[in-house]
Amino acid sequence: MSAVQRLLSAPLESVELLLRDVRVLDPRAGLDGRMDLRLSAGVICELAEPATLEARGEGEELIEGQGGRLTLTPAFFDPHVHLRTPGQEHKEDLESGTRAAAAGGFAGVIAMPNTDPVLDSAPLLRSLRDAAARQARVPVGFLPAITRGLEGEQLSEMAELRDAGALGFTDDGKPVRSAGMLRKALQYQRLCGGVLALHEEDPTLSRGGAMNEGVVSAALGIAGIPTVAESTMVARDAALAGYEDARVHFQHLSCAASVDAVEQGKARGWRLSAEVSPHHLMLTEQDVRGMDTRMKMHPPLSTEADRQALIEGLRSGTLDCVASDHAPHARDEKEVPFEQAPMGSTGLETAFAALHTGLVLPGVLDLGLLVRRMSAGAELFGLPAPLVAVGERANVALLDLEAEWIAGEHGWESRSENCSFAGRRLQGRVLLTVAAGAVAHRDRALALAGAR
Amino acid sequence: MNHLLSIEELDRAAIERIVAQAERFAEVSDREIKKVPALRGRMVLNLFYEASTRTRSSFELAAKRLSADVVNFAASGSSVEKGESLKDTVLTLSAHKPDAIVLRTPWVGASELVSKWCSAAIVNAGDGKHEHPTQALLDVYTLRRRLGQIDGASIWIVGDVAHSRVARSNVLAFQRMGARVTIVGPPTLIPRGIEELGCEVRYTLDELGTADIVYALRMQHERMSEMWVPSMREYAAWYQINGRRLSPHQVLMHPGPVNRGVELSGEVVDSPQAVITAQVEAGVVVRMAVLYELLAGAREPRPLPEASRRADPAPVGGGGA
Repeated sequence: MSAVQRLLSAPLESVELLLRDVRVLDPRAGLDGRMDLRLSAGVICELAEPATLEARGEGEELIEGQGGRLTLTPAFFDPHVHLRTPGQEHKEDLESGTRAAAAGGFAGVIAMPNTDPVLDSAPLLRSLRDAAARQARVPVGFLPAITRGLEGEQLSEMAELRDAGALGFTDDGKPVRSAGMLRKALQYQRLCGGVLALHEEDPTLSRGGAMNEGVVSAALGIAGIPTVAESTMVARDAALAGYEDARVHFQHLSCAASVDAVEQGKARGWRLSAEVSPHHLMLTEQDVRGMDTRMKMHPPLSTEADRQALIEGLRSGTLDCVASDHAPHARDEKEVPFEQAPMGSTGLETAFAALHTGLVLPGVLDLGLLVRRMSAGAELFGLPAPLVAVGERANVALLDLEAEWIAGEHGWESRSENCSFAGRRLQGRVLLTVAAGAVAHRDRALALAGAR
Repeated sequence: MNHLLSIEELDRAAIERIVAQAERFAEVSDREIKKVPALRGRMVLNLFYEASTRTRSSFELAAKRLSADVVNFAASGSSVEKGESLKDTVLTLSAHKPDAIVLRTPWVGASELVSKWCSAAIVNAGDGKHEHPTQALLDVYTLRRRLGQIDGASIWIVGDVAHSRVARSNVLAFQRMGARVTIVGPPTLIPRGIEELGCEVRYTLDELGTADIVYALRMQHERMSEMWVPSMREYAAWYQINGRRLSPHQVLMHPGPVNRGVELSGEVVDSPQAVITAQVEAGVVVRMAVLYELLAGAREPRPLPEASRRADPAPVGGGGA
């Protein structure tokens, strides 16, 4: 099974690029300083002292780092996006979703299976992988469903799906409500491998809720979802994973109690990992007061104390990585009263800038740590993490950390615009994304500079 | 030996003795008159709480070939359906003074319980998912006839181990006879901790070629109350013994009845490697040997077990002193 290539993207022209005197920041490679970097034939082929490499001219693009003003990092990796294909292409498709990913500096994403039909069979997975190999701007991996139709009644054909290229499995959008059913999936993992990624929510606690249960839901009269709907399931499933010695990944954690449960499980040696979204790190239930449907997502935005616990969890490593949970919805679907609106916010294009603005600039989080957490998702799913080193496939992002922009002011690469950060002034912009050895995104600013 | 309740309580010598006796009885099956008077005047009661074709009929045949009288009692259509407890049924039937009761139930440990309630020799013909000792004995017998001996042989037991009493008895029996046992199946159908029985546990057939004997278990999909595998189709893709996986040097066994196309492909059922019909034939002679071992020579009425006598209750009623 290991021979299966689990990420696929459309073939693009290999990058030929010299970056001169940029700040190279890759904590995993132990790099932070001004350097020259040459990418050729899709590979990082030279790293040198600043302003020492000569441009080759013909066929090689040159970007001046302006004395280290531009920053080059390993590209990001998002283990949690909804590309809405098949069946909901009016929200997003493989091409538009991966274009949004590239615009956010991501060189790889993992797509969720809550499509129509649900991704729960090998023939459908094969056809999606074929489509990704034609249409995806950055490499895409797929997590098919744990249970057929996401219904929680019967395992999907996990072994066959793994052979067909599944990275792992998830019922994202829904919890695996029955502990007995989840246990069978954890046992089956011994046969077929693949991480089980879990959306944690006890539906008997969350049913009917549209936002976090607390002061704001009380004031607005909107039915609340208590944080224990998530944290009790995290605790339950951590214990199950420990008992079965299984590998489990918790998706989009949103509250302090969940962070505690993961921390305790990890301390016992259980094989757990967890992700957190930019919106849960940056926004709270207070942002729901305006009843903007872009602030409505699963799990709901929680309290400031929860947000602080999530930030601390990300810093300490209890939460292993950032994941956008990019969840596009069409404008007309979101232009409805709050309680009727579907759950979800887009996030690929704003993830880095939002966290840079909200956490790095105020000094809450170190930039190197953020870069690391934004690409750690790859390793969690058994993929090589993007690395800035000679001989590595070129997966890099070029950032302008001083550029300010207003999210959405020039539109979105995503087909949908339901971004919870829309209209906010952000600092830090992705100028260029090289994914799998090819330029996947080039910002307008860079294109204009090149034209001058 | 007073009862045959499990393989667990048998040592290698006891297994060897029964197999050797079965070999002597095999000769009887080839005679024109397939009968010996060894158990004339003895009564064997078949008490079956679960459906069974081959086990019940082979016990009946075995008893008749030994000239014993046979009474068959099936739970369906009996007082059991009117709510009679196992103990009351056994005590009622004991009034007929059977010398042996062959008992199959869906309940683990029922045979052992019954052995404490009456004086008959009890033969466990399957107690829930626990043991099926005569199946294991006939499997050992079949292999001995086919291969001579199985010391050092590698035996792979493949499939639904969790729901299989055959698997549990065979893991023990094969190991007592010197074989190395590997169990293979989907992780959902391998009981936690089974390796403590001394067997190796695997989840794929990748190295099936190293096995000398492949023992496929029945996928009891009709009995499954919930789905333990994603689908029978995927189960077959991963665990079916078929012509591609079975080598010419291997011996193929199955306790029957076979689900063709699930645990075995049609072509291997009909292949020369398969000893499945030999297993059925062995059923009669091995069960003759078991009944003979338990009943022949025991001329005196068997004493009532200690526990039962102690349990004799004081008369009820009368209000006390």
